[in-house]
Amino acid sequence: MNARPGLTRREFIGLSVAGLLAFFGVWTLASVVGLAPRQFLPPPWSVAQKFVELTHEPFSGYTLQQHLLSSFTRFGMGFGLAVLIGIPLGLLLGWFRWLDAIVSPLFDALRFVAPIAWVPFAALWFGTGIGGPVLVIFTGAFPPCVINAHRGARYVDRRLVEAAQTLGARHWHIITEVLLPASVPSIVAGLRVSAGLGWQSLVGAELIVASSGIGYLLVKGQASISTSIVMSGMIAIGIVGFAIDALLQGAERYLQRQRGAM
Amino acid sequence: MDKRAGFSRLVVGASTFAVVVVLWYIATSVTHFIPPVYFPTPVEVLQALRQIAVQGYADGRLHQHFLHSSWLVLMGFAVAVSVGVPLGMLMGWSRRAEALINPVFLLLRPIPPLAWIPLAIVWLGLGDAAKVLVIWFAAFVPAVINSYAGVRSIEPYLIEAARSLGIRHAMLVREVLIPGALPLIFTGLRLSLQACWTTLVAGELIGAIVGLGHVLYQAGLDIFPAMIVVGMISVAIAGGLMTTALGWLEARSMPWHIR
Repeated sequence: MNARPGLTRREFIGLSVAGLLAFFGVWTLASVVGLAPRQFLPPPWSVAQKFVELTHEPFSGYTLQQHLLSSFTRFGMGFGLAVLIGIPLGLLLGWFRWLDAIVSPLFDALRFVAPIAWVPFAALWFGTGIGGPVLVIFTGAFPPCVINAHRGARYVDRRLVEAAQTLGARHWHIITEVLLPASVPSIVAGLRVSAGLGWQSLVGAELIVASSGIGYLLVKGQASISTSIVMSGMIAIGIVGFAIDALLQGAERYLQRQRGAM
Repeated sequence: MDKRAGFSRLVVGASTFAVVVVLWYIATSVTHFIPPVYFPTPVEVLQALRQIAVQGYADGRLHQHFLHSSWLVLMGFAVAVSVGVPLGMLMGWSRRAEALINPVFLLLRPIPPLAWIPLAIVWLGLGDAAKVLVIWFAAFVPAVINSYAGVRSIEPYLIEAARSLGIRHAMLVREVLIPGALPLIFTGLRLSLQACWTTLVAGELIGAIVGLGHVLYQAGLDIFPAMIVVGMISVAIAGGLMTTALGWLEARSMPWHIR
């Protein structure tokens, strides 16, 4: 974009560092000067220290890694279910118009219910161990899977479908051999959104119903008014969320390159 | 043709709902295939709705919960939008601002808004202030990102043309940048609003005195499935109403934009 005056590399790096320094500077200053009590706003280094401490000293039963592991198991199950059910459903909706007409209104209505609002039922139906949080993650991750598979299948090149039909392909073959490969880019884009929402819902679910996991760590930290534990947990959540997104983004780029090469 | 297709879709949609309600009635009230402990009958839901609307439940009547939640969402949303949109536009306009702010933003962005709830509670307690803070945060990120993308999406020649005609700075913002960025800004606002509701419900589930999330919490505690359903439907309706209002505003503020 030419309308924006450019920056040299040095200016750019200088300003970026200045921004970060200002952020940590204000934080440190507010904490050290005593603008906020230390208990409520610990300086960055004591948060870092707490973070390291949590990796080898258990807090509320488990170490940080163990909490993350149990969160991740739940996430994997909820997200996996959403993918396994959502993508086939989306493809079917994209192919059979009558099914679309029946299911879509229900789906749209249900989508207005925030995933987190499923928490009471999740706890009632599946308890607070694994099942409850998994249902909440599922409700968060499910819609983008369906929507993107649906959209991908809907906007497939008609000629491909017609060619397959002239060659005598059945519904099943069209769905698996024409619609599915053609909608892969859309599906992968949906997976990224889905994983993000799923991870977020997981945190929400664990804040409310769970007895282990990273969200639970936050709640326990909050209950014992330990800001440094809460902040450590937030950092861990951020890192994992970032890693999940980066992984899927990598997959997206890889697929794009593959398609470009074909 | 298009109208007829829309109409038939409406008919199919409405009949689907009717069929679902009938199936629901049969599964719960007639055959008891689904035990009432797990899911309420339609009649129970209506009774629960009457109870909360007339006598009140979880320390308030339905309209009080509804208005309280909506008010918090509106507050947090308004503050986030009025800070986030200008900030995003500034970042889209000036590379200096972008270089300065973006790293901090990237650092905070991966933390989901829900994860701020415990921190907000530690800082501000269980009252409304904590919720507004968290809602603000939830709405802030999408507002900034999309306003940024909106300004960046404007064709450079539009800006150059305006400049060569000797446009002043304030006018450039008003006549070129804002209208050009508006479609994406509204996309951001829609995402913001959704995030607001999710966050509010989570915040109220964790701790609140009134509000729709508190109704859900209390109903879960009392093992009162019918009230859980009422709470979920209320949350959906409240969110749907606000999204519709935003869509109306979008259409009104961009009469030139054909969707």
